[in-house]
Amino acid sequence: MTEHTPALIVLVPLVSALLLPILALVSKVLARGWTLVALLGTHAGSVSTLIYVLANGRWHYYLGGWAPPWGIEYVLDPLGAGMATLVSFLALLVAFYSGPYLKDAAPLKTGSFYALFLLVTAGLLGMVVTGDVFNLFVFLEISALATYGLVAMGGHRATVAAFRYLIVGTIGATFYLLGIGYLYAVTGTLNMADLAERIMPLLNSQAVVVAVALILAGFGIKMALFPLHGWLPDTYAYAPAPVTTFISAVMGKVAIYVLYRVFYFILGGTGPVLPALTVLGWAGAVGILAGSLMAIAQRDFWRMLAYSSIAQMGYIAVGLSLGNMMGITGALLHILNHAVVKGGLFMVAGGVFWRTGIRDIPSFIQMSRRMPMSMAVFVAAALSMIGIPPTVGFFSKWYLVLASIEASAWPFVIVIVVSSLLNAVYFFRIIENSYLRFRTAEEDEVAVGGTELPATMLVPMVVLGVAVFMLGVLSGEVVTNIISFALPWGTQ
Amino acid sequence: MPDFVLDYRPLWAVLITLVAAGLILVTGRWPNLREAVTGAAALGKFAIVVSMLPAVLSGQVLETVPLNLVSGLTLHLRVDPFGLLFALVASGLWMVTSMYSVGYMRTLGYGHQTGYFASFAVCLSATMGIAFAANLITFVIFYEILTIATYPLVIHMRTPEAISGGRKYLAYTLIAGQFLVVAVIWTHLIAPGAGFQPGGFLAGKASAAVLQVLFFFFIVGTGVKAAIMPLHGWLPTAMVAPTPVSALLHAVAVVKAGAFGVIRVVGYVYGPQLLGDIGLGTVLAWLAGFTIIVASVLALAEGNLKRRLAFSTVGQLSYVVLGGALGHPVALLGGIFHIVAHAFMKITLFFCAGAIYATTHKEKVSEMDGLGRQMPVTMGAFTLGSIGIVGGPLIVGFVSKWHLLVGAAKGGQEVFILVLAASALLTTGYFFPVVYRAYFGQPEEGGRVREAVPFLLIPLGVTALLSVVLGVFSNIGLNFFQLATMAATSIVSGGVGPAGGIQ
Repeated sequence: MTEHTPALIVLVPLVSALLLPILALVSKVLARGWTLVALLGTHAGSVSTLIYVLANGRWHYYLGGWAPPWGIEYVLDPLGAGMATLVSFLALLVAFYSGPYLKDAAPLKTGSFYALFLLVTAGLLGMVVTGDVFNLFVFLEISALATYGLVAMGGHRATVAAFRYLIVGTIGATFYLLGIGYLYAVTGTLNMADLAERIMPLLNSQAVVVAVALILAGFGIKMALFPLHGWLPDTYAYAPAPVTTFISAVMGKVAIYVLYRVFYFILGGTGPVLPALTVLGWAGAVGILAGSLMAIAQRDFWRMLAYSSIAQMGYIAVGLSLGNMMGITGALLHILNHAVVKGGLFMVAGGVFWRTGIRDIPSFIQMSRRMPMSMAVFVAAALSMIGIPPTVGFFSKWYLVLASIEASAWPFVIVIVVSSLLNAVYFFRIIENSYLRFRTAEEDEVAVGGTELPATMLVPMVVLGVAVFMLGVLSGEVVTNIISFALPWGTQ
Repeated sequence: MPDFVLDYRPLWAVLITLVAAGLILVTGRWPNLREAVTGAAALGKFAIVVSMLPAVLSGQVLETVPLNLVSGLTLHLRVDPFGLLFALVASGLWMVTSMYSVGYMRTLGYGHQTGYFASFAVCLSATMGIAFAANLITFVIFYEILTIATYPLVIHMRTPEAISGGRKYLAYTLIAGQFLVVAVIWTHLIAPGAGFQPGGFLAGKASAAVLQVLFFFFIVGTGVKAAIMPLHGWLPTAMVAPTPVSALLHAVAVVKAGAFGVIRVVGYVYGPQLLGDIGLGTVLAWLAGFTIIVASVLALAEGNLKRRLAFSTVGQLSYVVLGGALGHPVALLGGIFHIVAHAFMKITLFFCAGAIYATTHKEKVSEMDGLGRQMPVTMGAFTLGSIGIVGGPLIVGFVSKWHLLVGAAKGGQEVFILVLAASALLTTGYFFPVVYRAYFGQPEEGGRVREAVPFLLIPLGVTALLSVVLGVFSNIGLNFFQLATMAATSIVSGGVGPAGGIQ
């Protein structure tokens, strides 16, 4: 069994997804149990793989025993296995969290929810473990199509958002497909390792230049890089809370992982990649400011978080674009930071909405009394977004500022610093409302009662809230033991 | 070379109050138990800090094993004379303040007391971290924690005024924090992994222009908490907090963390020599002189007693900065000792203001007529504190100001003697009316004695008494003067240095 772990971490959720609609018709509890067990297994597999590759170096797995370049190869390196661990961990937490959300749903809907959710997970995991650029496209489509379905489950406004997301997302995927088409045309291979070897002499050919531009555009859309972010706010705002939590936490991260993989590992970070990185960096920097300013302008809590996500993706883009060791380290740490923090924030947002129906910021008055634990998690996550030590957000910004100064990229330093302060503006507004302001008498009559969330929803968010501090204090260990092996120069 | 000894006491000093904060939250339902936790933590913390005194006095430097934080930088605690001096002041005065807090919060029946005591404990942990930080990243981490932990105390009253005060506080301190983070990262690139070093470590590491810009970042970063003008705006507004907060945090821990930071930067990152070479010592000294004079003038115009004290704090903090900026060893000693001196005197004054408010609900200077007869002990202490801040002999403020004067004279910067003299006059100008009204004004409701409750009275009596004792015997008890001397000597001579070597 263990030698097939790389395949199993993708296949287990994929096959389970097919079974779930039937299981759900038998019993909703069974469907939920199966989902959790499948994801637990997947996560255990990812963790064991990560431990293995950290100790023994890269793990090549030939699917069906067919060696590349004929067969499809899965390559697990610390980067891929680390991403798989992150994705499967968030998937497990979100699946756990979504229980109360689906309590009143029909069995068929429950079944399809969990099935689609597992498909998204399988797709994302496939993207991070595969060593084949076309196979990556297939998994991209699996995860994307399933996501459109999940978003549409949020009701009639969500259907419109999902349709828009579908159109834009498909355009993005097509750009990527065209991009790898060009690469295939000049090199004759789809295997990443092969590509990396054969592309070097062709690096400045027009075909490769076009391919780089197309891939940047494609995954720029997928990661909601400014100004390609238009689909994101509606999608995040109208999708069901567990779905928003999951896609905000990991989906954009996997998209930027692909850019990182293609630009640095396949194309070597030189040639036409350099102008592409410049574009990525500046788009990210503008996105940081634009996203933060738009977040301040929002009245709706979910939309505020959505715009904040656009800004946060900008940080990662800036880090990758700098191209020095500290910059990439910061970007990878920020991927981890933002996955944990934004996951936690959307869990809180979803929980508050589920319990009280509140999502506009002015109505958060005295929320700390009604849901103390949830709001405590919110505060922890907010501190990390602002970058207050000892949260992990402080350390990822530390690396990013360090890298920017090292590269003499002063505009980026200013953008990162200013954005931290803008984050403080919009997060403290909610802290003020929920902890410091009191209702007037008439507002009290309108207010709906509500107490703390059930443990099923509370436990995952508390886990993330604690992780914000743990990862911060232990960030040195994370960087030394995992991230430093996921750098383009650091792999064995 | 100093004698470095592996020791975990600085870590325990930081952690004890963090644990206490957790316990306070848990025991919130039983106020007496909760306050017992605060008291025990205060005593325990002080005991831990004091227990390190003999070793430090004998020239040892205690330090923990560094914890790897980010590439090439470590979370590292180290106890040197300067850090221990600050830690002794903060943890010692926290004991008195805890007692005072209980009396104040209960007399006035304030709510949210659990959050109040818990935040207070976290603030003290952060202060210990700042005092014992061995390098800039450790310093900045605890500095930022202190910023956030103080916020709940500033907005404690939950009034619109408190909320806007809190916003202003955060705007100033968070922006400053960003400057400081950038400065620290930049320093890390110039001198990778360097820890604080007496006499500084930046000399010759970068061009003068870079060091000047970097210094600007450092001074904005630390200067907001040290309330150097024009970065002082948050401090008077933050007086909406309950008086014990103003007393310990806005006269001792938080603002002194800023002043402490300035001295750390001046003495342990740049060094007086380098600062003089790149021409920044004089600039900083003028900035401090400007703050001293203008803050004192503004204090004259302030009718609210606590706000008047706040402006007085703004001015007095710059005495510390001035000591660092003048660069002469004696001035440095004066500046460092003023951290101690000002702490004892200003906490007394705030305790008095709080006692007056809790007992009579008066907070304007114009309402203080005849208070000297109603509250003889309180006003007596207030008078002592005032004379001390002015610089009257036999009170602790005299010691630090004397050394500042001597340092300015010996360093050939006589103009600052004028600044100090003018400031003494202005200080008399803003304290004299309070004292005059208290003793010679006509009380509204007769001259009945109506003193504050013992919980308030004992702390203010103790700090007033200590101000006098330290004024006469400046080295008695906890050897503050010797610690300050050791710190100043080490900064000038570049080693930890023997005690009492300054002439």
